[in-house]
Amino acid sequence: MRPRRVLVTGVARPLGAQVATALAADPEIEAVVGVDTAAPDADLGRTRFVRADIRHPLIAKVISTAEIDTVLHLNVIATPLGAGGRAAMKEINVIGTMQLLAACQKARSVTRLVVKSTTSIYGSSPRDPALFTEDTEPRALPTGGYAKDAVEVEGYVRGFSRRRPDIAVTVLRFTNILGPQADSPLARYLDLPVVPTVLGFDPRIQLLHSDDALAVLLRATRDEHAGTFNVAGDGVLLLSQAIRRAGRPFLPVPFPAIGALGGVARRLRLVDFSAEQLDLLAHGRAVDTARLKTVFGYRPQYSTVETFDNFVRYRDLRFTLDHELVSRIEHGLLGSLDRRWLMDSP
Amino acid sequence: MANRDESRGDAQIIPLNSEQRAAAADGGEPASRRPADQGVRPLNGVRPPRAKRPTSRPARSTASNGTASNGTAGAGAEDGTASNVRAADGRGGRRAGSGAEHGAPAPESESGFAESGDLETALAGVLAFLRRRITGDYVVDEHGFDPDLTEHVIAPLLRPVYRDYFRVETRGLENVPDVGGALVVANHSGTLPVDALMMAMAILDHHPAHRNLRMLAADLVFAVPFLAPLARKIGNTLACQADAERLLTAGHLVGVWPEGFKGVGKPFNERYTLQRFGRGGFVSAALRAGVPIIPCTVVGAEEIYPMIGNAKSLARLLGLPYLPITPTFPWLGLLGLIPLPSKWIIEFGEPVPTDSYPAEAADDPMLVFELTDRIRETIQHTLYSLLMQRRSVFF
Repeated sequence: MRPRRVLVTGVARPLGAQVATALAADPEIEAVVGVDTAAPDADLGRTRFVRADIRHPLIAKVISTAEIDTVLHLNVIATPLGAGGRAAMKEINVIGTMQLLAACQKARSVTRLVVKSTTSIYGSSPRDPALFTEDTEPRALPTGGYAKDAVEVEGYVRGFSRRRPDIAVTVLRFTNILGPQADSPLARYLDLPVVPTVLGFDPRIQLLHSDDALAVLLRATRDEHAGTFNVAGDGVLLLSQAIRRAGRPFLPVPFPAIGALGGVARRLRLVDFSAEQLDLLAHGRAVDTARLKTVFGYRPQYSTVETFDNFVRYRDLRFTLDHELVSRIEHGLLGSLDRRWLMDSP
Repeated sequence: MANRDESRGDAQIIPLNSEQRAAAADGGEPASRRPADQGVRPLNGVRPPRAKRPTSRPARSTASNGTASNGTAGAGAEDGTASNVRAADGRGGRRAGSGAEHGAPAPESESGFAESGDLETALAGVLAFLRRRITGDYVVDEHGFDPDLTEHVIAPLLRPVYRDYFRVETRGLENVPDVGGALVVANHSGTLPVDALMMAMAILDHHPAHRNLRMLAADLVFAVPFLAPLARKIGNTLACQADAERLLTAGHLVGVWPEGFKGVGKPFNERYTLQRFGRGGFVSAALRAGVPIIPCTVVGAEEIYPMIGNAKSLARLLGLPYLPITPTFPWLGLLGLIPLPSKWIIEFGEPVPTDSYPAEAADDPMLVFELTDRIRETIQHTLYSLLMQRRSVFF
């Protein structure tokens, strides 16, 4: 069944706004309702914006009066700074999801639920396999922050799909999203004047282009794809490699010190650096996207490397080490070598 | 021919000229086996200076081939040592490989030419490598394996250890397939897992297909700073069913040391007795992927750090599985980390096929145990026979 009336939570943030705009542009969809606590900056087309807090039971009323049949829950947020502190963030993520699910459970009109989750739920430890599949049991469950919220959110979503088996539930575990607009913690991390890395570690990171994230969300909305899917670009980058590709200066910091540094950076509002991101910076994480390609039927257009290179170009990162200069030096040296041999030859 | 071999020997020590090494090994046709190089270099910025060479090359090569249109070139062709000294003649010699194809009638000059030509190729290679590293222009696979680094830095560092220090004698490489997945199962010894590195070198350098051995390592490796990233970059991944199966199904050559810490950290008086072979997880991984299991036996690694004692309580304090005490370590400090120069033999045995078993065989513990035992027996017997053949520990 095609969706007719769609509710999107978290439309004030870039990805939510993009999804709402794209759905509003689709003539087959009758109505798009966007919900958030703050008004979106962007023009969302014919999306009806409702300023509501999903933590409030009022959300049930929105769903029933608008006769919503498809709910896109994109309001699980990763950054405590944006939400106004860790406590508020946790409340929005966990209590908000519970309220939203309660409302969906009551509403007879709802037939489809799409939840944006994260690959952080797998945690990051030296004892994990190289690639996580959707069924991998993580060795170390995330102990705090966004990742823990996401684990709890997914738990509630599983409970919900047991209680309402008639609703098709799609859980999309996104990896770090980078794009021209996406303002992810990783983007801000790479924007730092000197990028701190964990001394003695070089994690594998995996990225997803925001265009691919949007396409996956739209596909999950339009057709029924019940299940849990990892969503990530192909391939991996090493953090050191990524920093070199962007020509950024970096500073290796011993593990204990980087935690303190992260705290200072958070206090100075430079970057959201939480504990689970530290683990990521040490041990890295990559996921298997075979199920996305075969079952869900989507192949990301951008690989991890392409996503990163595009990001560097959009973001216009300040190169401290110009790649062209490196190439020129190399050619210059090779040229002088050649000349030397030419001169020596009779 | 002897001359060529010598020049190859020299070339092997110079890092980053693996093209030459490939050329020497394959008898010309360099760069044919460099998937990494080709894939890694989309910008291909190194090539321009070399691209103009072919224009100057034909004239030079005919000269050195003995037509003697040019006095100096003729002299160079006759006098190998002279051309060695004079860098100028290197220009003609840069086509060492193509000369071999043409059946060049000047073998003495060949080696001399090859050397100075090598120098330039090597320098160009070093520069290209440095550019790739500085700009991050290389490919790392999903397990974190970095072929560029492995071939251009790690392998050149290990090569002299393999060839000159342990004087490894490798046998039975024909049992390792050229393509497709296969699981190499070997005994583990030596306190530090040097045997794994030497096996990887044997296959990378001496196998006709120059394959990379992807190693399965204990989780401890990935928790140690500096070791963790290096281990992944040279092709290690976590020893677990998921990773083993993924690599084997993708057609990689995977190495596993099922004895684990029990094998590598066993006391010297138990040398060459195989420990328990884990829980046979490697057999079920091979059965699931339907790839052959190649038993591999390493002799010589036991003697590199004879472990005469184990500081157990200190090891527990540091979170290590064992802390070796050898005749030299820790008494001589860092000097004690220099391994004893034992003479090594690595023998790859006859592959045990697994594709004849049904798909559910991997879940049949009886069969898995039986296969595990069979492979363990094979390796133990090969160990005994190799020890019988060995003249002494060090020669």
